[in-house]
Amino acid sequence: MSELKLMKGNEALAEAAIRAGVDAYFGYPITPQSEVIEHLMAERPEERTGMVVLQAESEIAAINMVYGAASTGKKAMTSSSSPGISLKLEGISYLAGAELPAVIVNVVRGGPGLGTIQPSQADYFQSVKGGGHGDFKLYVLAPASVQEMSDFVEDAFDIAFKYRAPVLILSDGLIGQMMEKVHLKDQQKRMTDEEVIEKYGSWAVTGKTDRERNIITSLDLDPEKMEVRVYKLLKKYDQMEKEDLRYEKISCDDAEYLFVAYGSSARIAQKAVSLARKKGIKAGLLRPITLFPYPKHQLFELADQVKGILSVELNTGQMVEDVQLAVQHKVPVEHFGRTGGIIHTPEEVLEALEDKVIINGCIGNHKTRESSIL
Amino acid sequence: MDVLEIIKPENQVFCKTKLMTDATLSYCPGCGHGTVHNLTIEVIDEMAIAEDTIGVAPVGCSVLAYDFMNIDMTQAAHGRAPAIATAISRLWPNKYVFTYQGDGDLAAIGTAETLHACNRGENIVVIFVNNGIYGMTGGQMAPTTLCGMRTSTSPYGREIENMGSPLKITELVANLPGVFYATRQSVHTHKHARKAKKAIRKAFENTRLNKGVSFVEIVSNCNSGWKMTPLESNQWMVDNMFPIFPLGDIKVDAKLKKS
Ligand SMILES: Cc1ncc(C[n+]2csc(CCOP(=O)(O)OP(=O)(O)O)c2C)c(N)n1
Repeated sequence: MSELKLMKGNEALAEAAIRAGVDAYFGYPITPQSEVIEHLMAERPEERTGMVVLQAESEIAAINMVYGAASTGKKAMTSSSSPGISLKLEGISYLAGAELPAVIVNVVRGGPGLGTIQPSQADYFQSVKGGGHGDFKLYVLAPASVQEMSDFVEDAFDIAFKYRAPVLILSDGLIGQMMEKVHLKDQQKRMTDEEVIEKYGSWAVTGKTDRERNIITSLDLDPEKMEVRVYKLLKKYDQMEKEDLRYEKISCDDAEYLFVAYGSSARIAQKAVSLARKKGIKAGLLRPITLFPYPKHQLFELADQVKGILSVELNTGQMVEDVQLAVQHKVPVEHFGRTGGIIHTPEEVLEALEDKVIINGCIGNHKTRESSIL
Repeated sequence: MDVLEIIKPENQVFCKTKLMTDATLSYCPGCGHGTVHNLTIEVIDEMAIAEDTIGVAPVGCSVLAYDFMNIDMTQAAHGRAPAIATAISRLWPNKYVFTYQGDGDLAAIGTAETLHACNRGENIVVIFVNNGIYGMTGGQMAPTTLCGMRTSTSPYGREIENMGSPLKITELVANLPGVFYATRQSVHTHKHARKAKKAIRKAFENTRLNKGVSFVEIVSNCNSGWKMTPLESNQWMVDNMFPIFPLGDIKVDAKLKKS
């Protein structure tokens, strides 16, 4: 049983959080994601499920509230957009270091600086290369529809608690603001305090009973021990790569040319695939659903089949570096993307494939990065 | 009388609190932090609330408070303890949640979190150790550093014109309706330590009654940071810190005291 509704991506995510039995949300307004906290406040989740929703004094306070809430063994999340995520990065690094499960949502807008409130995918590096300080990674989910904005909340918490690690939902202003049909799941019960203690009392701060005291910290002043801590994190990331990689292949079986795109760019690239096929160009799309772990083996294999690859992103070329790394020079890899809040059209994307990959790429005449942007 | 006779357990007036761990304190001999730890943990022990208490340790000399207090604790990013305590207390509303913070942590980098947790009236205890300096990082100027006081970042003394005046944050937060109790104490003599303990006890009692923020400032020495012997530092504190940071209650039962 599920309920069918027409909703904005941001609202669907907020509603999914209530229905997934999330215990707490802490946030600070910023466009284009303020609907998340607005929906939560309007829905009176404290009455619906007992969920705590608090408007914090800043993104810094909000992420630290998430840290505090996560340390109690309960499900806590926050959302923001690019400048706000920059502020949260110290806290995110602490979450990773202290091995706390939590969900962070970035509805990306254009930058750098105050940039623009329009959609962008310019926070790819920040999301998958750590962002905050220290040796850590985030598990990153990239929704490409309002349905996935809703579904990924629960998926993100499953991963966060499986690994006791922070998970990032990397959305953007397009997916956050657009309205689509969404199947909302039924309401799940929040865990009771007793259930939380039973399940997570081995590590969470639940009050010291006759067990050893629980300490949530990321500090180890002894380098030998700190190294062990870091390697423990690394092991989680290895396991994520083995067990929790997600991607989607669209029209890849007979593809001669490949688009690689995530989130809103994947929606546009998918349209470009059908335009290409109408023209007789056998194009396919690999959509990474997780950006870490990244489908690098899948790309490595596809590189044996296709003649060239175009990484389509709403930025000046970030994910393309991971595509190149995965493909290891087997075939030409190019980037195409608009930035500054402009969204490329499927026609532009197809033209870029023809210009950069089919014509130039195959004779090794790569255009410069500047000319590849516009 | 034989020494061994004298130090028999039943004769001991001061002994280690059960709730303190056996770990050796990392504080410099003479520093007030250890005493404040002890008083806090004694209160928790005497109220028999250890099972229901969660502490939040700061970044600062007391970052390792969790090594010494045998209760569940979360270590906070620099200055963010009040935000973390906010969430813990919202999610465990029946538990006693306290932060333990230094003056750099609470009154510089964490000012926003301090003010807003106080303004929301979170049901928490804030234990604020004001030693007028950044102890942990080697004695730099803090927001509470006295005018003219030399530190490694005010080597010629704090100049009000371009470094500001010592921030009396306890008076500031006392004006917020969310703060139920604000007091300033010290622990440099037994008498003062006993008073400070009473204040800490009152603060935890307030949490039991769901009264909002109880803010206990302890003016303390930092003999290493101030480059003095422990005794000299305590005298210096009495002579110089107390006139600027006078001891006593600032707000009791939600009522400001006239000074
Ligand atoms: C974000 C951040 N900035 C700076 C530091 C460095 N730092 C660690 S402790 C400290 C000052 C602590 O002073 P205070 O809060 O007065 O506590 P004390 O050590 O005196 O007890 C600073 C600046 C840090 N760890 N994190």
